[in-house]
Amino acid sequence: MMGASIYKKSRSSSFLLKAFQLREMGILIAIVLVFGLALIKNSSFASTASIQQLLSGPSVVILLAVGETLVIITKNVDLSIGSILGLSAYVVGDLFVHHQGMPVWIALLAGTFVGLLCGLINGLIVAYAKVPALVVTLGMLYIIRGVDALLVNGRQIVPSSIPNSFINLGSNSILGIPILTLIAGAAVLIFTYIMRTFRPARDFYAIGSNTEAAVLAGVRVQRRVFTAFLISGSLAGLGGALWLAEFATVGSTAGSGYELNVVAAVVVGGVAIFGGSGTVLGAAFGALLLNTIDQALVASRVSSFWNQAVAGALLLVAIAFDRYVSLKTERALRVDRFSSSEAK
Amino acid sequence: MHPHEAVLKVEHVSKSFGLVQALIDGCVELFPGEAHALLGENGAGKSTLVKILAGIYDVDAGEIILNGVPVEITSPLAARAAGIAVIYQEPTLFPDLSVAENIFMGRQPLSAGRRIDKAEMIRRTKSVFERLGVDISATRKARGLSVADQQIVEIAKAISFDSKIIIMDEPTAALTEVEVARLFEVVKTLRSEGSAIMFISHRLEEVFAMCQRVTIMRDGNFVRTSTIEEISLDEIIFSMVGRDIVSVYSRHNSELGDLILDVKGLTRAGVFKDINFQVHSGEIVALAGLVGAGRTEVARGIFGIDPIDAGEITFKGKKLKSGSPLAAMSAGIGFVPEDRRQQGLVMDMAIDRNVALASIHDLTRLGLIKGGSEKSLATRWASQLQVKFGRFSNPVKTLSGGNQQKVVLAKWLARTPSLLIIDEPTRGIDIGTKSEVHKLLSELVSKGIGILMISSEMPEVLGVADRILVIHEGRLSAEFSRAEATEALIMRAATGQESVVA
Repeated sequence: MMGASIYKKSRSSSFLLKAFQLREMGILIAIVLVFGLALIKNSSFASTASIQQLLSGPSVVILLAVGETLVIITKNVDLSIGSILGLSAYVVGDLFVHHQGMPVWIALLAGTFVGLLCGLINGLIVAYAKVPALVVTLGMLYIIRGVDALLVNGRQIVPSSIPNSFINLGSNSILGIPILTLIAGAAVLIFTYIMRTFRPARDFYAIGSNTEAAVLAGVRVQRRVFTAFLISGSLAGLGGALWLAEFATVGSTAGSGYELNVVAAVVVGGVAIFGGSGTVLGAAFGALLLNTIDQALVASRVSSFWNQAVAGALLLVAIAFDRYVSLKTERALRVDRFSSSEAK
Repeated sequence: MHPHEAVLKVEHVSKSFGLVQALIDGCVELFPGEAHALLGENGAGKSTLVKILAGIYDVDAGEIILNGVPVEITSPLAARAAGIAVIYQEPTLFPDLSVAENIFMGRQPLSAGRRIDKAEMIRRTKSVFERLGVDISATRKARGLSVADQQIVEIAKAISFDSKIIIMDEPTAALTEVEVARLFEVVKTLRSEGSAIMFISHRLEEVFAMCQRVTIMRDGNFVRTSTIEEISLDEIIFSMVGRDIVSVYSRHNSELGDLILDVKGLTRAGVFKDINFQVHSGEIVALAGLVGAGRTEVARGIFGIDPIDAGEITFKGKKLKSGSPLAAMSAGIGFVPEDRRQQGLVMDMAIDRNVALASIHDLTRLGLIKGGSEKSLATRWASQLQVKFGRFSNPVKTLSGGNQQKVVLAKWLARTPSLLIIDEPTRGIDIGTKSEVHKLLSELVSKGIGILMISSEMPEVLGVADRILVIHEGRLSAEFSRAEATEALIMRAATGQESVVA
């Protein structure tokens, strides 16, 4: 009676499952491909300096992408991170203006704290007041940028006010690897581990995958969404401090538009924009890929118009791929249902 | 009579929503090791009872006694803690997560450092599946699981919670026969382990095959509880309906007119296959069958919403262009969908605008809607169908279900169609309005319209239709005239036990 037919269907969708798991691998291959193509056009692309630039360039985006990934997994979005980054960069720079000898770790902490406060506001409004994240964080994008402009008020932070010990953070390497890359890499590894290993982290996926079911399973949805925004804000704040270390110059427009680069990286990296799936590692690879393409086009002396177009096209391909996979799954299921009745 | 104490007693529970009494003084007992069927027509109060036990609704009066202790089930979590698991028709899983994680979400087994012990989680999942005698991969994602497998995962979840009371809301509605058989085996296993199962179903044959006792509800009342041996199919139906079927659905016979719809070899890969039938003006043809058999899909194929892969539709002697609702509409077909909230109406839009929606082309001049034309059209049809409403400008969502359905009907009737396809004409409509809708249908056919009706309510099919076509898993399995059709015959054809059509 228990015909084998009902079990057959799991096979047809297994390649899709693999497609999901292979997403990170696919992006890695794409990175290597782009790198190789650029190398043909311009042999200096493989120089140590160039490779270090390829690694350190996207570090701040990667850091922000880690936080954004957590938020998007819960079916929300944080558009305020570019503004948070700008505010944090200025605040830390201003601290250096007034306290030349401030230790590096306090500067990083201060930046993180600025971000934490912004994330706190985002999280409270989204999770507890239940206002859609798109609206809340869009509003915060403008508000924080406005506050930033008021603070800056024409007084840019210039490199001379930043101590060398801090600037070294943005330019030095340890064993050939840029410090910025090490920091971003550490964040990626830590959060990759956390997201796979701990119950509260799995709740994030549950919420994004099926919020109602998450409530029924006793997941504390509000608290988790709040936490996601806290983390995203904090990492954007830390990113602001690192931005300062990297560029040493901060005006009132620092990091504006960054949120879109980050969301693009996250989506290209295989994090479903409607929540529930994707990994921090994938998002980091996404950022790496977009930056590599960017640099490759520059190295190949292609007009800069193209690199935005390419990033946009990749984004569409990524989304189309996700949609294709889910449609395919539905279809596989539908046909299977009939074939099981056919078999009788 | 029963060797054990009841695990669950529902005593004199009442619940009302506004003026509607959904549950009146309800009493049910559940014993360990029994499968107990809860029967009743749509709107009888079954889901209300289930939702009370699931912790979604609270009670207005009465008591719920669990293992001899009165309890208050204030939330779904409280229900779970009390050992009550509810498995809904559409399972609530996390499609992006693995089957194992779906079962253990929020209480994954931990190893040192509060890390999730994945190996242990998978091991436990496997052991639950083994206990149930099913073979589902613990590591695959829930996305893409069949409804049957999703239900099994829900059951596995319930077991892993050590739930002793498992309530299933129409679990077999979307399952194939093989899957139903497997579910029965699982239920048998659960019973032998001492679980109590409450089972809501419209498939009476399954109730007889699987349950030991039945409780029958009607209009919020508990009509009777009986062991399965002491009750017959007829008695169950009589208790459910409470009146003679024939008397409820009285309709005058109308003259059979010309052939209007001729469907030949209609096929959509994986959904339905080789469907042949005809509809004449002046007759109501019912498409009967189980939920998920493909009835709605056939209707959608005819109306051109879904593409068809093979076959021909001839309408009033002309071949109908397939895959084009616009062509179907202009040929004179109206389609009243099953889900009027999602597909039939624009809920936030005014009543008159909804009525005029399908006729908007006739009301436009130079691309602009003629002033007042929507309102006059709506006035005409609303009075004809006796829609009860406050003001035409009120959004449709303020109307009751029955009146909403009349608005959808008005929308299509305003186009004076020659064929009306109606999917579940009286779903979620109270008894009074129901008979009004039925009267309306019979008036329409007497005026020469042909009606193709899809209905899951057996009394409606038997009482309203002139001819009944039964679809089983995408194929036409039987055809009955009004005179020869009986519930048992239709049921048999719908479950594929007997093929009447060669």
